[in-house]
Amino acid sequence: MSNETLVMHNGAAALKPGYADHAADALRDLRQSGDAVDFQVEHHHDVASTIQLGFWIYLMSDCLLFSGLFATYAVLHGHTAGGPSGAQLFDLPNVLTETMFLLFSSFTCGLATLAMNANNRNATVGWLGVTFLLGAGFVTMEVREFAHLVAIGAGPSHSAFLSSFFTLVATHGLHVTCGLIFMVVMMVAVMRKGLTETNRARLNCLSLFWHFLDIIWVGVFSLVYLFGVAH
Amino acid sequence: MNVANETLAGHGPHGTHGSGHSPSQKQYIIGFVLAILLTAVPFALVMGHSDIGTGVLIAAFAVAQIVVHVVYFLHVNRSEEQRWNLTALLYTVLMVGIIMIGSLWIMHHLSSSMTPGAMHHAVWTGQH
Amino acid sequence: MFGKLTLSAIPFNVPIVMGAVAFMVLCVLAVLATVTYLGKWKYLWTEWLTSVDHKKIGIMYMILAFVMLLRGFADAIMMRTQQALSFGSNMGYLPPEHFDQVFSAHGTIMIFFMAMPFIIGLMNCILPLQIGARDVAFPLLNNFSFWLTAAGAVLVNVSLAIGNFSRAGWLAYPPLSELHFSPGVGVDYYIWALQISGIGTTLTGVNFIATILKMRAPGMNMTRMPVFVWASLCASVLIVVAFPILTVTLGLLTMDRYLGMHFFTNSHGGDPMMYVNLIWIWGHPEVYILILPLFGVFSEIVPTFSGKPLFGYTSMVYATMAIAVLSMLVWLHHFFTMGAGPAVNAFYGITTMIIAVPTGVKIFNWIFTMYRGRVRFDTPMLWTLGFLITFTIGGMSGVLLAEPPADFVLHNSLFLIAHFHNVIIGGVVFGVFAGVSYWFPKITGFRLHEGLGKLAFWFWFVGFYVAFMPLYALGLMGATRRMDHYNVAAWHPLFIIAAVGAGIIALGIGTQVLQLVVTFIQREKLRDTTGDPWNGRTLEWSLPSPAPAYNFARIPIVRERDAYWDMKKRGVDLKGSTFVPIHMPRNKATGFIMAGCMFVTGFALIWHIWWLVIAGFAATVATLIRHAFDDDRDYHIGADEVRKSEALYDRVKAGSV
Repeated sequence: MSNETLVMHNGAAALKPGYADHAADALRDLRQSGDAVDFQVEHHHDVASTIQLGFWIYLMSDCLLFSGLFATYAVLHGHTAGGPSGAQLFDLPNVLTETMFLLFSSFTCGLATLAMNANNRNATVGWLGVTFLLGAGFVTMEVREFAHLVAIGAGPSHSAFLSSFFTLVATHGLHVTCGLIFMVVMMVAVMRKGLTETNRARLNCLSLFWHFLDIIWVGVFSLVYLFGVAH
Repeated sequence: MNVANETLAGHGPHGTHGSGHSPSQKQYIIGFVLAILLTAVPFALVMGHSDIGTGVLIAAFAVAQIVVHVVYFLHVNRSEEQRWNLTALLYTVLMVGIIMIGSLWIMHHLSSSMTPGAMHHAVWTGQH
Repeated sequence: MFGKLTLSAIPFNVPIVMGAVAFMVLCVLAVLATVTYLGKWKYLWTEWLTSVDHKKIGIMYMILAFVMLLRGFADAIMMRTQQALSFGSNMGYLPPEHFDQVFSAHGTIMIFFMAMPFIIGLMNCILPLQIGARDVAFPLLNNFSFWLTAAGAVLVNVSLAIGNFSRAGWLAYPPLSELHFSPGVGVDYYIWALQISGIGTTLTGVNFIATILKMRAPGMNMTRMPVFVWASLCASVLIVVAFPILTVTLGLLTMDRYLGMHFFTNSHGGDPMMYVNLIWIWGHPEVYILILPLFGVFSEIVPTFSGKPLFGYTSMVYATMAIAVLSMLVWLHHFFTMGAGPAVNAFYGITTMIIAVPTGVKIFNWIFTMYRGRVRFDTPMLWTLGFLITFTIGGMSGVLLAEPPADFVLHNSLFLIAHFHNVIIGGVVFGVFAGVSYWFPKITGFRLHEGLGKLAFWFWFVGFYVAFMPLYALGLMGATRRMDHYNVAAWHPLFIIAAVGAGIIALGIGTQVLQLVVTFIQREKLRDTTGDPWNGRTLEWSLPSPAPAYNFARIPIVRERDAYWDMKKRGVDLKGSTFVPIHMPRNKATGFIMAGCMFVTGFALIWHIWWLVIAGFAATVATLIRHAFDDDRDYHIGADEVRKSEALYDRVKAGSV
């Protein structure tokens, strides 16, 4: 995209992506050529990559949030207070199905990104729709699991173990739900305005968010369900 | 001083644009297949009641799968434009490790020093 | 209809509280009346409340912080007078349940709504200028963050009039903060005020990291960044790491209180110690979040007023980064006495002592910067010297407390209170005042009155020692924190001396208020026409005071550390004849509206008004989604307009206006 680095703005040439470190290189070249430059009239920043970095850092903060919940679960998972333990409650085939829902949705989310990069608006929306359905399926299964546990008297207020289990898993589920809302908003936005630069930047954030949630789920099914049953 | 002198013109090769290195379909497929495998094996181990060091294996498969997701789905790599993403990720991993290991260590020591003979169970139950 | 909220929630029968409420209401009414009288509502709304300009947001943060300083200090004075009186048969004037609210509110307000807004305000005002940027990475998010902080602050103050505040201390340890022992709304006020403002702080951290990593002027690579920028970067990183843990901790307590869960209860397997563990994983980095940016401030002030470059820039940067990692490894020293055993205590004791090393490096760097410099003793430098002495003493008492055996004796005694006020007042508060007096001309366009500034410094400095040195002695004599009454005759004189010290600090604060008034009256005389009143070294001083909305008409190209000093040395003329339109973000009400909806949601949650919770939350999400479809986000300042304003600044500088 080298032809985009020079933009004309009311007749003034300017530097488009203002990477400080790159500019330093350029400066060195200029010094060698004996040409002193002390300032530039216009300085564009690469908005898309700034948004992506900002969103990435937000994801890192979310990761720390989950680490607090994981640590709490790890400390409290044995505190069953005479109530049921994980091994007695968890239904692994159900969890495996949930996991597959999320994993397939991660893949279709990737296909949506590829469609976006190929400038295919309908395919982007279509794959987002598939991802939405898979994500909704995951949330539905999780809600049913919770309803079942509450119905058999193993609700979150029964023991510290169950409190930490419900809170950790539900926090992930709430994130997935937020992701679904985000997805609907993006589908409407892409259908209305097309694959604009803003929409692309946001779709990139959405896909980061969705893949990130899958990573958290790997932690959940390993630490909570598999460990819980294996012990 | 004319306009051209006031600008830093023409160092084009460095221009990047967010989606500079677009991910390929191949990457997603490799990632997807690996993720399926790394999910299926630990589930099979636990559901088949295997006794061979299951805890360690579960952890190993989880870590492997997380790495697969990071590389093939999040496309984190060592390129220049990903430098800060990678730095942030590594720092986060360090912090998560400190928080998880520290909490477990502290709380484990606490319960073993404060409740001899009763590691986890029911010290505080029965007060109400 | 109104959940738990009834008219009886207003404490009509407590004269002290009603007096305070009446005073607060009068102040708010006075402000509203003044704005109405001056006809400035539209101006206030379009130019300030909805502003996305980092400089204006920074000023709003600092106004909030200063008001909260007055509120928090009022609490401090009440505690000091109560303890000076309440000896033997005299029970003082505050009943225990009120005294408990006072110390809880004092700690909460001073940390979350005084110190944090002050440092975030300073970062907002200065950081983009120092890196040669026109704004932060996400300007509207910045506005939203501010309003979230403000919403939290308002919630805490509302608790004075409607209901009550937490009586469980500034960290609300369970089981005391659990529903069983604190059934009222006090802890809920605490939780939601902190949750709402905490989200704002996390977003600020994200925003500043992206700003520093992506928005620097060309040529300013990482090793040429001013130390204040480095320090702000490390503090922002710590914010992003630590504040989510606070969110989780308070969230789990909320689950206990609202949904009957058992994370930290005494029954059903709950573990109150897990709360203590979690809250200090946030709490310890938090003190470094507070102090690091001010280390950066001192690293700007000392070179400027010594006329020398900073000694040991590289070691300063490494020390800051070391603190950003080490500060995550020491949290257990806040609860050595919990009983985790020698191995754990030894590990965290040693890491605590190690973290004193990078801090020591910094102290020596500042001293060596002054060494053989031509030191000018203006107010910012006085605060800095006051900091160096006071903070070092406080740091040493901290290393003493890092010894687990010593801590077993001193834990929760007034020695600890003396220690952390020694580092927080000596470090954070002095640092904020140093920074404000240093950058005041850049932020407002005129200098602070110098004589009153020096007087305020001496009141604060002397007052601090008179107020807190007796607390060290009292702690060693066995006095514990949070006492509303005592019977030990030997303690009484020391408590009276401490109260006198608080009075001297009150004179300092009064002098500062007077200083602001006098400065405003004499603003023409104190106007900074040069843009560089202190012979500064960094880029913000290359701009006129106050900086124009777009900051830099031209983006400077950086070649050295101390970029502006380098330019002055080389005789670079930043003026030019070519101007282009400048791309700017548009002011938006979204941040204000969303934070307002979250405030309503928080208030409804506190009082269990469930329909309003749903309505407030739905309104928040709806506002966000509506904003996503709003494309009218930016505009250009025309080239002619830029030319005109730059020409005006040139004439001001030349003295012809």
